[in-house]
Amino acid sequence: MGVLRQLRLRAERQAKLLRCLRKSASLRTVQNRTDLIRPRDALVFTTLRNEMVRLPFFLDYYRAQGVRQFLIVDNGSTDGSAEYLAQQRDVSLWSTTASYKAAGYGVDWLNHLLWLYGAGHWVLVVDVDEFFVYPFCDTRPLQALTDWLEAQGRRSFGAMLLDMYPKGPVTAQPYTSGQNPFEIARWFDAGNYTIQRNPDYHNLWIQGGVRQRVVMAHDPGKAPALNKIPLVFWNRKYAYKSSTHMILPRGLNRVYDQGGGELASGVLLHAKFLDTIVAKAQEELQRGQHYASSREYRAYEDTLARNQDLWCEWSTEYINWRQLEILGLMSKGDWA
Amino acid sequence: MSAPTAPLGIVILCHTALRRAAQVARFWLQAGCPVVLHIDRAVPEAELQALREDLGAHPLLRFSPRHRCDWGSWQLVVATQEASALLLKEFPSVGHVLLSSGSCLPLRPAADLLAHLESHPQTDFIESVSIDHADWITGGLSEERFTLYFPFNWRRQRWLFDRFVDLQRKLSLRRRIPAPLRPHMGSQWWCMTRATLDAILTDPNRARYERYFRQNWIPDESYFQTLARLHGREIESRSLTLVKFDRHGRPNLFYDDHLQLLRRSDCFLARKIWPEAERLYSFFLTDQAKALDPITPEPAKIDRYFALAEKQRIEGRAGLYMQSRFPGADSATTKTAAPYSVFTGFEHVFQNFDYWLGQVTGARVHGHLFAPEAVQFHGGARVWHGAISSSAAIRDYNPRMFLTNLLWATRPERLCFLHGPGDTMDGALSWFMATDTNAQISVIRGAWLLALQDAAGTDAEKIARAGQLHRQEQDWIESLTSRHTLARVRIWTLADVMQDPGARLSEIAREIAGEAALAAHAVPPLRASDGFAAFLGRMRNQGLPAQVLKECQF
Repeated sequence: MGVLRQLRLRAERQAKLLRCLRKSASLRTVQNRTDLIRPRDALVFTTLRNEMVRLPFFLDYYRAQGVRQFLIVDNGSTDGSAEYLAQQRDVSLWSTTASYKAAGYGVDWLNHLLWLYGAGHWVLVVDVDEFFVYPFCDTRPLQALTDWLEAQGRRSFGAMLLDMYPKGPVTAQPYTSGQNPFEIARWFDAGNYTIQRNPDYHNLWIQGGVRQRVVMAHDPGKAPALNKIPLVFWNRKYAYKSSTHMILPRGLNRVYDQGGGELASGVLLHAKFLDTIVAKAQEELQRGQHYASSREYRAYEDTLARNQDLWCEWSTEYINWRQLEILGLMSKGDWA
Repeated sequence: MSAPTAPLGIVILCHTALRRAAQVARFWLQAGCPVVLHIDRAVPEAELQALREDLGAHPLLRFSPRHRCDWGSWQLVVATQEASALLLKEFPSVGHVLLSSGSCLPLRPAADLLAHLESHPQTDFIESVSIDHADWITGGLSEERFTLYFPFNWRRQRWLFDRFVDLQRKLSLRRRIPAPLRPHMGSQWWCMTRATLDAILTDPNRARYERYFRQNWIPDESYFQTLARLHGREIESRSLTLVKFDRHGRPNLFYDDHLQLLRRSDCFLARKIWPEAERLYSFFLTDQAKALDPITPEPAKIDRYFALAEKQRIEGRAGLYMQSRFPGADSATTKTAAPYSVFTGFEHVFQNFDYWLGQVTGARVHGHLFAPEAVQFHGGARVWHGAISSSAAIRDYNPRMFLTNLLWATRPERLCFLHGPGDTMDGALSWFMATDTNAQISVIRGAWLLALQDAAGTDAEKIARAGQLHRQEQDWIESLTSRHTLARVRIWTLADVMQDPGARLSEIAREIAGEAALAAHAVPPLRASDGFAAFLGRMRNQGLPAQVLKECQF
């Protein structure tokens, strides 16, 4: 790699960090409990808006994996999310009413909090509808994974987004707060993912799944990216570039083997397709705060308004991580 | 004192997770085994105090002088020597000394080990392999450990370490191994008799040997292993402690879910245990293990378990492309998950070719997977295994991965499909199949003319179409006949096939399903080709180049 290119990438990363510092000016501290963070704690970072119904299950899911503190940015919720979060003893909360879009879809805020509190910790950066599944997650806490990654000299861990959906119209089975969303959204597409390697940032670009098969079938190239690197041993020099799809420095994006072997990887189960998406799609369309003029939400509205079933006869019903491993969606690598 | 002092003393070297070390120490103390703890110098005083309070005063417990023991350092040997000497001096009834670490966990009741040692009173259990045969060593040097100088720390000063090794190799620098030692090495976790250990510790040449071993690389894997050969009477060259190393020579950790696996071990202890593996500690350190039915040891099962994991990391699953396995085009790995067969032109020559092929071979025969309008899955399905869509737009977005996904999702089912110049023929895809060892590709050149004859349209339109199809076919055949081709390729002209259609078809069917399959099935009838010669003549006269037609006449 040329020196010039290296310098350009470094400049880009530093500009990103500066931008995050600037964007973070709009963050107002609601509840700062970061003094409770202990040296080896794994931390969850999230940004959200109006997710009250999802929060109880979300927090409990990660608490059960051994996460000790949640650092959350609330982007102007009006449904009581902020009040609820402020009461949780393991949540630090910041709030902003600034533009989600102008903050790089929330990335700038999180990058700044990561810079402040993430360094020296394993951090998990997820949305409220993303549920991390890793090898042996049913028998080993998150710390077992991070200890092992550290011993292997790894600094980042990939987990692709797996869109889950119910059988029948999404509105047919309403989600109630506290419920496991995967009791409803139990199905997924097991083997229709395409991958390209990004020559500039070295991350893989994964597309496919139900969003490509049904929602974006007419324009598959515009199907959303599913590659994610949500788990990182944070350092102040790091910065997420766009959502958690890409991170700088780019060496962290190399969470795959190119010689035929398999690195360990996980999956983020994506509980997007619940009945809650209907109201969300309408709201987000009005706000226009999402990626590419909220093109995705427009497509959802079309698809869901027609009451189209996302399910097909070759949909797979979710069982556990071992099933995802066998299907080749994730890998144990050499973690035995 | 609750129990009489047992004839087994335990040395435990600890540097982290002291809470666990204390738990294990208590296990041995309760069985009446004297314990000497070596606490690494790097451990903060507060933690040491907590440990002392945790264990309390016990007549069988001692602490040996503390050293700072980096991985593979000489200090590890010194700490072991001092702790063993202390144990032998303070507890005269000890007949065997077991060296373990703070992350070792006993797998069987102490009484089992005591009984085992009682029946082998003279035996030293120490893995001790002559360096001439030490090819099991992973991630490191073998003979050179004994003949080079190692002043630099491998973990902290890797660059200097490597350069200094290179330099010594270049200068052919060699240290002499002191007589009469014959270098041996092996697992650092041993259990030796008082006699052997005493002889090692009181050897009149000890100082001379130490000066030599101090310079060795990872002396804790060679000092006792070499000297045991000098002083031991009966050596069983096998450690009582199970350790599974990965390819970098790092020990694999054991977790709660390894419980059943560990129960099948024929060893008495295992390391390393992940300190938070609560279930393992509570199971093996209490009498839960005794309450269950005894289990037949199957150590091979443990080996297989870890070997499989290693294989998955190194080789991966052939034909799988996913987020953490993305082999490049030049990688040596197999490109696809299973063998498959591609047929060009057969459906124009034979009636119901796909149906016949499915019947004869039992394979899954799809139509034209790359047809321009939509994927022709078997039976006209709109979606297939893995939720792969029949949408042409989705398929054409990444045709190569469409194929690899289909093969992965339907493995080990045998896949066959039709593919010809009328399809969307992506150059990269053709090349991919041609260079895939799993592909079997059979082509009847010019068969598309048969289809063209029957197609609707004027002769002028057909000529234009013929030009396109011919070009597509040329490109396809060019990919298949390159010197880089790895697929099993057959290319016949229409005339070749017409001479003996049965022989051609059986050759193909045999390759997929073997001899037996053929017996019950007749060759499918040929499609009517009345007027084909006349059609070709007409085409030629309208301006279709003769070389296009040449191979088609029969």
